[in-house]
Amino acid sequence: MKAKSLTRQDYFDMYHTLNLIRRFETRVNELYLQGKIPSTLHLYIGQEAIATGACAHLKDSDYLLSTHRPHGHAIAKGVSINSILAELFGKATGCCKGKGGSMHVGDFSVGMFPAIAIVGGNTPIAAGAALAQKMSKNKGVTVCFSGDGAANEGAWHEALNAAAIYDLPVIFITENNLYAASTPFHLNFRVENVADRACAYGIPGVVVDGNDVMAVYEVVGEAVARARSGKGPTLIECKTYRQCGHSRSDPRNYRSREEEEEWLKKDPIPRYRNFLLSMDDITSDDLDVIDKRIEAEIESAIEFAKKSPEPDPAEVYTDVFKE
Amino acid sequence: MAKLSIAEALRQAIREEMLRDERVFCIGEDIGIKGGWGGAFTVTLDLSEEFGHDRIIDTPISEIALCGMAIGAAVAGMRPIADVQYGDFLFCMMDQIANEAPKLRYMSGGQVSVPMVMRAPIGSTRRGAQHAQSLQAWFTHVPGLKVVAPSTAYDAKGLLKSAVRDENPVVFFEHKLLYGSKGPRKVEGALSAVGEVPDEEYLVPIGKGIIRREGKHATIVAIHRMLYTALNAAEVLAKKGIEVEIIDPRTLVPLDKYLIYDSIRKTGRLIIVEEDNLTNGWGAEIAALAADEVFEWLDAPIKRVAAPDVPPPFAPVLEHEYLPNEEKIIAAVEEIT
Repeated sequence: MKAKSLTRQDYFDMYHTLNLIRRFETRVNELYLQGKIPSTLHLYIGQEAIATGACAHLKDSDYLLSTHRPHGHAIAKGVSINSILAELFGKATGCCKGKGGSMHVGDFSVGMFPAIAIVGGNTPIAAGAALAQKMSKNKGVTVCFSGDGAANEGAWHEALNAAAIYDLPVIFITENNLYAASTPFHLNFRVENVADRACAYGIPGVVVDGNDVMAVYEVVGEAVARARSGKGPTLIECKTYRQCGHSRSDPRNYRSREEEEEWLKKDPIPRYRNFLLSMDDITSDDLDVIDKRIEAEIESAIEFAKKSPEPDPAEVYTDVFKE
Repeated sequence: MAKLSIAEALRQAIREEMLRDERVFCIGEDIGIKGGWGGAFTVTLDLSEEFGHDRIIDTPISEIALCGMAIGAAVAGMRPIADVQYGDFLFCMMDQIANEAPKLRYMSGGQVSVPMVMRAPIGSTRRGAQHAQSLQAWFTHVPGLKVVAPSTAYDAKGLLKSAVRDENPVVFFEHKLLYGSKGPRKVEGALSAVGEVPDEEYLVPIGKGIIRREGKHATIVAIHRMLYTALNAAEVLAKKGIEVEIIDPRTLVPLDKYLIYDSIRKTGRLIIVEEDNLTNGWGAEIAALAADEVFEWLDAPIKRVAAPDVPPPFAPVLEHEYLPNEEKIIAAVEEIT
């Protein structure tokens, strides 16, 4: 599947985003295991195609609402990895000055709200951001990422219904990675797909292979166009798999190694690489150059984060109220 | 000068702010439906005819959504005035009002702000346990929220205008018996809180209290209906030769504590009257502050007059027992003077 409107550079850009997220998360996990990063981590490994394909449609002026698993969304929306890494290290140069941490990364200058770590809590806020876009008639859209677990929160239902009745320019993307923490999808849902619930709100519901960058790109493109033209929200469910545990020290005893093996065969990274290599005008050398660039970017960001200063303790008292 | 009820004064404030700034809009349940009530207590009556339904936005019965939408719109540059029918319903939106609105600025390192107002009617008015609570204290405990509690028409208008212009989330508590709502939404037993409101524009700053009655023997701090109850008690006490000073803090966060301290330095005695139940109320915080910071000026124990630690009851006789009243205030004052 080759989208007509995409240039060679667009494909390379998505390759860069996809692999930057994977390498970023892999290195972050190593640093965490070495004790260099405080707190906990919710890694995006396995789900990179979703943020990559979705955010390729967004401008800095479009909004993104994320979750407790936000690193991939932030990278795809254009938040600098220096500032994300520094935030994970709890440094003053972090995107949130060290006050947010892993679960609240964001950079409003590129349209990313601070990530909301209460499951489902971001959905009504996304509807509100979209309401502001609709009221100001600026053709902006808001993308709201959630996990499958969020679809059982009251906030999610209220937000989807409200977005529907006001025709708000918002795209709700459910990343169904099959587990709400440790609880498997089938124990939490009587429907087969989260997207089946869209009919309850009178909006389109679409199921897509969340490990396929181009498939995600296509369906989100349609939803974004629909939203920009004032036709209202779409619910998109991306079927995917969280390759790592839910968070730190999760030995994943609630699922089988065989299941993990099956999903590794659908890993979005080699799939997109092979897709690109099937095109006439892209070679493995082209992609290797990008891979090398990514390694350099990440190592440079790690150095930046390590060398950055700790926050001044007096900072604890600032940014509560705006004067 | 016009004589306005609090409901009318609030409506005027909303109208003026919407005319002044196109980013201001209202969002809530039943606030603009034609043939409806203009919110539960008439505050937004007829505003949808002037401003249209794009700026007076009726929502489903979805408190999480309406608060979350106000937050998202505020971050994105708008100035929402959100509205719940009864303050008790704030608990339905607790994640949004306690986890999201007051924390987005801090956890983003100051990147965003949430300039929104969350209006909420409170007060025990013969509606039983779930439509009658006085919830202010819950929200005073959340860093990042401002908590406003006007008791007069003048303050209601001036404070709401200040709240709309504030850069932060403001929870704005209004007492159901003080609205002066008319027609079918009139509340039985309502006080006449009609007051003079200037024709020209004015603001009442958030964080400034006011002395409602001067006195030298004891200081009473009270808001909302209890302010009027305390004023009545003061009349009775005056006849007995006890002159109480009555302070209306008007906002609970930030609190004008120095106004209270100055009064304590004059009277040496402090009584706090709350309609809420006693334990861990905002009065407890004022008592703790006074004990900590002006202890040497106190000549007697600090007293709190509040409802007992039970839910608000329904039957008038039970509600009467539950609520602080003039007799209870007089007894507390006489105990320490």
